[in-house]
Amino acid sequence: MIEVRDLKVRYAGRTVADVPELDVGAGECVAIVGESGSGKSTTLLALLGLTEGAEVSGRVRVCGVDVLEAPPRELRRIRGARAALVLQSPQAALSPATRLGVLMRRALRLHGRDDGEPAMALAMEAVLLDPAILRRYPHEVSGGQAQRFAIALAIALGAEVILADEPTSALDVTVQAEVVGVLRRLRVERDLALLLVSHDLALVSTIADRVLVMKDGAVVESGPAARVLAEPAHPYTRELLEALP
Amino acid sequence: MTHHAPPLRRSLPRLLPDRFAAFGAVLIVLVVLAAVLAPWLAPYPLDEVRPLERLRPPSAEHWFGTDQVGRDVLTRILYGGRTSLFIAASVLAVSALAGVTLGVVAGYAGGWLRDVIMRVTDIFLAFPALLLSLALAVVLQPGVNTVILAIAVTWWPWYTRLSASVAASIATRPYVDAARCLGVPAPLIILRHVLPNSLTPVLVQLSLDAGGVILTAAALSYLGLGAQEPTAEWGLMVQQGQTLFTTNWWVVTFPGLAILLTAFAFNVLGEGLRGALDIRSGGARQERATQEPASAERPRP
Repeated sequence: MIEVRDLKVRYAGRTVADVPELDVGAGECVAIVGESGSGKSTTLLALLGLTEGAEVSGRVRVCGVDVLEAPPRELRRIRGARAALVLQSPQAALSPATRLGVLMRRALRLHGRDDGEPAMALAMEAVLLDPAILRRYPHEVSGGQAQRFAIALAIALGAEVILADEPTSALDVTVQAEVVGVLRRLRVERDLALLLVSHDLALVSTIADRVLVMKDGAVVESGPAARVLAEPAHPYTRELLEALP
Repeated sequence: MTHHAPPLRRSLPRLLPDRFAAFGAVLIVLVVLAAVLAPWLAPYPLDEVRPLERLRPPSAEHWFGTDQVGRDVLTRILYGGRTSLFIAASVLAVSALAGVTLGVVAGYAGGWLRDVIMRVTDIFLAFPALLLSLALAVVLQPGVNTVILAIAVTWWPWYTRLSASVAASIATRPYVDAARCLGVPAPLIILRHVLPNSLTPVLVQLSLDAGGVILTAAALSYLGLGAQEPTAEWGLMVQQGQTLFTTNWWVVTFPGLAILLTAFAFNVLGEGLRGALDIRSGGARQERATQEPASAERPRP
């Protein structure tokens, strides 16, 4: 579902992300780990063509669309509907003056879907959220609910790929487990391709099949999660692992 | 988000402006009611001239006295409120509509579009407001519509500035990113997310400005460039009565008080709104931080 070759993202001549190879198939989960500023979020944005003002080269295919070549209309069509982004701060990612239900209905209509209500109900069920929450404003729901709503939005839109940028780091531990549980189950049930950006190796170890370790914009190590986390080859990966509590 | 009861020391300064604001709001409601109900409230017909009752001091028949041609001052103040409020509402509606539209586009789009819009705005801001209004009022036929046009032309750039700075900060919010990630086209993002979330400081500014517009309109009328006889308008009443101030104080004092009171009420309400919206959420606080330079720089006409 995601196929990246020689992706380079440059801002003002400085390379902030350099990913030689990244593939995520349906039902797979790949995690990009690294500290803040290592280029992992930039990589994620580049997958949807959202790196404004940056110079992007290489080849990026998401859901069969060549992101770097596709016209803006085509890109808007895959954003959300086929490849959805789940952001770090779930509440801040919801427009404060809009009820969640209105937001979801608009998103569905935007992508030409007219099966609003049933799709919404199903999606809410899939993330174990009470549909009554759709009548609330973003500040009236908890962080965990907001994050599950973000996932529900992706499900309602029929996304095949979920790109999650630190989806749990703004949540407290018990809520993290809920969100991760939902993601893991949906991945199996719906054959979702999941690309996860995180600095939380504990989370990564529970969900990812493969891991990419990034530092200063470059991929320093990659491979099956079990191997990378058990026998890290790169000193930086070892450092990250030692930083675990 | 849950708010715990704040300690007294913190809540006192919040309470105080709120009371003022409530007072201002009540005052505004009274002024608006008085203006709307003028035909029923006014003790005399609007243009009834009684030459034999010129310049009568306040009495039981004429609470605010009569003017130099024998018209009831209270009646003219009530009807004058209609003119002043109509001018204020029209100016602010036109200014906010034009200013905020340009502002949110500039703020969200950034880049060359922002530069073009802001430079045009700067050109309008470069003219002293009252002078530009004066020039326009001279060129055009003096009258209420001219006053509205003249003031609106000098007023909208402030809304562009204000909303551009707010919209620029909104544009970096995660929910705008989220909307872009959902494939929402830019005009829809501006309409649905940037605009509604930029409106809070605009509302505050509108309330703060209403008093200013009424004062400016009164000033133009006072200079003879605004409303013309026999229109009842507060500024015009002050202008016509000024020579009588030492001998027949009521002719000029009551319309002057009406201007003062209304402008005061709007300002107090605006300040209260600003304070109230400031404490409600972190978002509003941030918005205000970006708004402040724009409103602080503003010279009062």
